[in-house]
Amino acid sequence: MRAAYPPIAQRVRGLSDKAIAWIFIAPTMILLLAINLFPLIWTIQLSFTNYRANRPNAPLRNVGLDHYQTILSDPEIWQRMQATAHFVFWTILLQTVIGFALAYLIDRKFRGHGFWTTLILIPMMLSPAVVGNFWTFLYQPQIGLFNYVVSFFTGLAPSSFQMLGDVTLSPWAIIIVDTWMWTPYVMLICLAGLRSIPDYIYEAAEVDRASNWRQFISITLPMCLPFIMLAVLFRGIENFKMFDMVNLLTSGGPGSTTELASITLKRAAFEAWRTGYSSAFAIILFVAVFGLANIYVKALNKVKAR
Amino acid sequence: MLAATIAGSAALAATAAQAQGKSLTLCWAAWDPANALVELSKDFTAKTNIAMKFEFVPWPNFADRMLNELNSKGKLCDLIIGDSQWIGGSAENKHYVKLNDFFAKEGIKIDDFMPATVTGYAEWPKNTPNYWALPAMGDALGWTYRKDWFSRPELQAEFKAKYNRELAAPKSQTELKQIAEFFQGRDIDGKKVYGAAIFTERGSEGITMGVANALYPFGFKYEDPKKPYAMAGFVNSDDAVKGLEFYKSLYKCCTPPGYSNAYMQEGLDAFKSGQAALQMNWFAFFPGLYKDPNVGGDRIGFFVNPPEKQKGSQLGGQGLSVVAYSPNQAEALSYVKWFASLDVQKKWWELGGYTCHKGVLNDPGFAKSAPFAADFLVAMGQVVDFWAEPSYAQLMQAEQARIHDYVVAEKGTAKQALDLLIQDWTKVFKEDGKF
Repeated sequence: MRAAYPPIAQRVRGLSDKAIAWIFIAPTMILLLAINLFPLIWTIQLSFTNYRANRPNAPLRNVGLDHYQTILSDPEIWQRMQATAHFVFWTILLQTVIGFALAYLIDRKFRGHGFWTTLILIPMMLSPAVVGNFWTFLYQPQIGLFNYVVSFFTGLAPSSFQMLGDVTLSPWAIIIVDTWMWTPYVMLICLAGLRSIPDYIYEAAEVDRASNWRQFISITLPMCLPFIMLAVLFRGIENFKMFDMVNLLTSGGPGSTTELASITLKRAAFEAWRTGYSSAFAIILFVAVFGLANIYVKALNKVKAR
Repeated sequence: MLAATIAGSAALAATAAQAQGKSLTLCWAAWDPANALVELSKDFTAKTNIAMKFEFVPWPNFADRMLNELNSKGKLCDLIIGDSQWIGGSAENKHYVKLNDFFAKEGIKIDDFMPATVTGYAEWPKNTPNYWALPAMGDALGWTYRKDWFSRPELQAEFKAKYNRELAAPKSQTELKQIAEFFQGRDIDGKKVYGAAIFTERGSEGITMGVANALYPFGFKYEDPKKPYAMAGFVNSDDAVKGLEFYKSLYKCCTPPGYSNAYMQEGLDAFKSGQAALQMNWFAFFPGLYKDPNVGGDRIGFFVNPPEKQKGSQLGGQGLSVVAYSPNQAEALSYVKWFASLDVQKKWWELGGYTCHKGVLNDPGFAKSAPFAADFLVAMGQVVDFWAEPSYAQLMQAEQARIHDYVVAEKGTAKQALDLLIQDWTKVFKEDGKF
C-alpha cells in the first residue's frame, strides 16, 4: 500500500502547488524567452529598417515592407530556394529509404550486428567541418577515391569529371555527402520504431499464414510510419538550414548552383552587413519552415492517432 | 639625422619606462609574412618592454573574423593589419584611429612610402590627405614558373618550332596562355603536368582577384575616370569582355583537374607538388616558394603579370592601423612609430616582409636583393585595386557570383556577366546614396 503524502503546499507554508510549479518552471521559461523570443521579436523589428550592424551610427530609417518585397520579387532568391528545395527533397528521400532499409537489416539479429551498427553510426558522429574537408579530398579528380570508384564501375577516366566543379554534378555531390552523414540518424529512429512493434503481432500474423511481404506492408510499415515521419521532420528542418558542410564543399558554387538559402542569408548578414534585409530574409525562411513543419506535425499526429 | 635618431631613442626609452607589464595584440592573417613580423617585433619588445601578442586568422576567415571584431567594437586587437578594401568602411565607421596628427607630431612622412601603397592602404577618401594606416605589407599578384622545365633543351626546341619564339617568361597575356597550353597534359619526368594554377575560388575573393589580372591588361576599368561611379562602357567595354573571355579560356584549357574553387593555398599546393608550369599568386608567398626544397632555388622563376593592351596587376597588401577601441592606443602608436623607421623597414624586408618604404625600395641594391625584388618593384608600379568603398563586401560578392557563374559554371556570355555586374554594383551604390 502506497503512503499518502500531503500536498507539497501544505509543507511549504503560504505556497500553493501551482506556485511551486511556477517557481521551478520560471527559470527555464525566462531563459527560453531570452534566447528565443527576444531575438525573434528584435529580428522582426529590424526587418522593417535599413539597419546595418557595421554602421551603428547611421540614421535608422523605417523602410516598411521594402525588404520583404525585394526578397520575394528577386528571381535569384527564388533560384536559391529552388536549390534548397532540391537538396532537401533528395536528401530526405534517400536518407529515409536507405535509413529504413539499414534499420530493417540491423533489426534482424545476425552475428556481429552490434559491430555493424556502430560502424554505420560513425559518419553522424563526425563534425560537418571534418566531413566537408574529408569529402573535398574524396571528390578530388586526381587523387580522390570517389572518382576512382566511379571510374572502376563506369570505365570513365577519374580526372574526366569533377563532382564539385560541374554544374550538373555538384548538387548531387552535396546530396551524397549529406546522405552518407545523416542516413545513420534516420536508421536509428527507424530502428526504434521497428523495436517498438510487439512480437505477438507478428506471431498472430504467422498463425494467419501472412507472407513476409504482407507482414511488412500491413504491420511493419504502418507501425513504423510515425517514426519515419518524425525522422523526415527532423532532417527536413535541419537540411532546410544546412550551411557548414555545403559551404566547405562548394562555397555555393560552381557559379551559384549550390548556393542554398542559408548561404545567401549568411553572406547578406555577416559579409555584406545588410542586417535589416537579412532579418527579413530570416523571417521569411522561419515562416516557411514553421508553417510547413506545423502542417506536417498535424499529419503526423493523425498518423499516430490511427 | 643623428638628432632625430637620439630623439627617437629617447622617446622609445621613455615609452619603455612607462610600458612595464604592458602588452599589445596585433591582428593579421595567418601566412608567411606574419611569421616574419613575429620575429621582427621581438626588437620592439626589447626596446620598449611592451610584450607583443598576435592574433592570426587563416585567410578564408580573415575578413569575417576581423570585421566582426571591428563592427562589435571589440578590444581584442590594439593594432590591425587590415586589407586594402577595408579602409573606406573602417575610416567612415571610425574603427581606425586617424593618423594625420600623429604622423605630423612624430615626424613620420607619408611621402617616404611608395605612392601606390599610400593610396591603396592608407587613404580614405582616395587621393585625399587623410591617413588611416601606415603602409605595412606591399603586395600584388604576380606569377611563378618552373625555370627548370623552361630550360630543358627538348622543350625549348619544341616550343620554338611551334610558336617561333623562345620558351621564356611571357611578355603578353596571349603568350602566357600559349605557354600554359604547351605544358597542359604534358609528361615531365613520368608525371602528367598542367599549364597554370589560377584563382577560381567562389566563397571569399579568389576569382575576383584572379580575373582582375586578366581584365586590367585587356582594358577593364572600374569607373569613368572623369565621372565617378559611371561604369557603363568601362566595366563592360569590348576590351573588358575580351579579358573575361580570355580568363575563361585559360581556366578551360590549362588548369589542373578539379581546379574550380582554388585560391592561394591551392595554387601553392599545385606548384609545390610539381603539377603546374605557371602559378598566379601574391608576391608575399614568393620568398617562401624560393626557399622550397622541391621547386625553389634554381627551379623557380618569377614574372610580373604581363600586359596585353596595357599594363595592370591586382593590388594586394595591407596597412597597419591602430584600432579605435583599443585601451592601449598610446603603446599601439609607439609601435607604428617604431615600424615606420627606416632601420626596421630594412629588417622587415630582410625577414620576408614586403616593405613599402622608399628608403629600402629605392636603394640601388634592392632589385638584386632577392630574385623577385625587381619584379615586385615593377608590379607595384602598375597595380590597380578593387573598390575600397564601405560597401566593398557587397561589391565583392556580386563580382564573385557573376564571374564564377560565367567562368566556371558556364552561364551566359562574358558581356552578359559584366552587364549584370554593373546592375549589381549600381544597386549597391544607389543604396549608398552615391547617385
